[in-house]
Amino acid sequence: MNDLDLLTAITVFVLSVLVGIEVISKVPATLHTPLMSGSNSVHGIVVIGAMLIAAESDTWLGYGLAFVAMVFGATNVVGGYVVTDRMLEMFKAKPPTGKEVRPS
Amino acid sequence: MNVSDTVHYVFLAAAACFVIGLHLMNHPRTARRGNTLSAGAMTVAIAATVWLVADEGTISRAGWFVLASGGLVGAALGLYAAREVRMTAMPQLVSLFNAVGGGAAALIAVNDLLRIENAGARVSLPGALDIVIGAVTFSGSLVAAGKLQGLVSGAPVVFPGARSLNVLLPVSFVAGSVWLVLAPDSRTALYGLVAVALLFGVTLVLPIGGADMPVVIALLNAFTGSAVAMAGFVLNETALIVAGMLVSSSGGILTKLMADAMNRSIAGIMVGGFGTGDSAPAAAGSGAPARVRPVSADDVAVQLAYASKVVFVPGYGLAAAQAQHELGDLAKLLTDHGIDVSYAVHPVAGRMPGHMNVLLAEANVPYTQLKEMDEINPEFPQADVALVIGANDVTNPIARRPGNAISGMPILDVDKARSVVVIKRSMGHGYAGVDNELYTDPKTGMFFTDAKKGLSELKAAVSEFVG
Repeated sequence: MNDLDLLTAITVFVLSVLVGIEVISKVPATLHTPLMSGSNSVHGIVVIGAMLIAAESDTWLGYGLAFVAMVFGATNVVGGYVVTDRMLEMFKAKPPTGKEVRPS
Repeated sequence: MNVSDTVHYVFLAAAACFVIGLHLMNHPRTARRGNTLSAGAMTVAIAATVWLVADEGTISRAGWFVLASGGLVGAALGLYAAREVRMTAMPQLVSLFNAVGGGAAALIAVNDLLRIENAGARVSLPGALDIVIGAVTFSGSLVAAGKLQGLVSGAPVVFPGARSLNVLLPVSFVAGSVWLVLAPDSRTALYGLVAVALLFGVTLVLPIGGADMPVVIALLNAFTGSAVAMAGFVLNETALIVAGMLVSSSGGILTKLMADAMNRSIAGIMVGGFGTGDSAPAAAGSGAPARVRPVSADDVAVQLAYASKVVFVPGYGLAAAQAQHELGDLAKLLTDHGIDVSYAVHPVAGRMPGHMNVLLAEANVPYTQLKEMDEINPEFPQADVALVIGANDVTNPIARRPGNAISGMPILDVDKARSVVVIKRSMGHGYAGVDNELYTDPKTGMFFTDAKKGLSELKAAVSEFVG
């Protein structure tokens, strides 16, 4: 790995932070819990890292670590997306009821 | 173009979809689509990784077995937990997902440092950071989940020497990290660092009280994101860096918002919360105890039935009593009768950012009736009745005056409504441990009862009037 790789990686790192701030700061408080749960599932991408180490393992310790990392990562991805979807389903727009003026 | 390049273009597209997916979360109408887009991108990225692994051909049969069985076990666990969790228990689940995410990231770094001989600082530095952040998040999130679930005391747990331990531990993992960077092959440094970081996660979260949990969960979410980004540096995978830092900055912003909503510094929260005795409760008003005016369900029902504008102020007491459905029913009865109903939601109502909104959404409350603090505060003077259910500190007018534990905390201007009704079980204090002046205000009626029971009674009484 050369220095250019590191520089690229750091560039990506900094830009991602800025994009994150820009995107997230517009989300209304109503959606903060689904947002947190949704971003939780995004960090489930760690499962890809777990897959890569599973592919390179060649010792029992390595396999053990990779297995636990796979379980953790897959739980994070699947659970995160399913629970976020469950929450957001409840935020469906409901037709406003009884807007007529109350007879006095 | 070889497979590796193609897969990396797929990762780039996935990263773009994550950004767009999170962007779509800025409106309830599009949020679900955003989540689906993000999930789709994740699925494609995982499939591409399987392709990459197969194409490289270096994976052993045992490796395939580990990959498949670990994936299936994890997916089944995640699916079960996500389907079964009750909405009031959502913060615990998010905390657990933080724990496993951070744990996975730390394991990746441990694995890499064990495998690579003579790793340079390019791997060992992010590796050490990954282990520290990931392991702290793992144990810290487990403790947070335990506190929220009631398995660990929700009160700040402070044991003798805790403060000095919380100074000693960071010093030792800075030392451990430096050691590991200088000697990446040292197993002692590696395992020592893991142990110290795990211990620190526990001692970090134990002293934090339940009221500060929204901030802690947001912060741990940010930590997990950084741990995943560090794992990306270790593996040289930009997809992990992008996704990790997106989450980290979102967690960071939410942490800041939550802390601001309580007028507390993040550092202050991490050192120890309300009720530990270090923020002395303001001296209660001198002289005779102030009078409160108890009211009955019928009194309140009359007020509600003949109001034209009602504002509900739900707090954690409502969620704890699982009374969100009763509140939703009462509100529906009033709206059907032509009464303008809205909900004033304080940013820290509930146990994680925006938790109250989810609980109310579960009770079929239209999100158009949910008003944030800045939006609802100017409307209180026009409200005929403000009905406070289980919210305490966030409605206390003394926050506007200096010299007490909650001074400067932004509050809901409930006291400006024409009349106020508070549903509460007793005159007990909120987390801040100060008397609430709202309760002794002459226009406030106290309806002493359990939130669930009280709201059912109100509903029955109101339907007598409007039915």
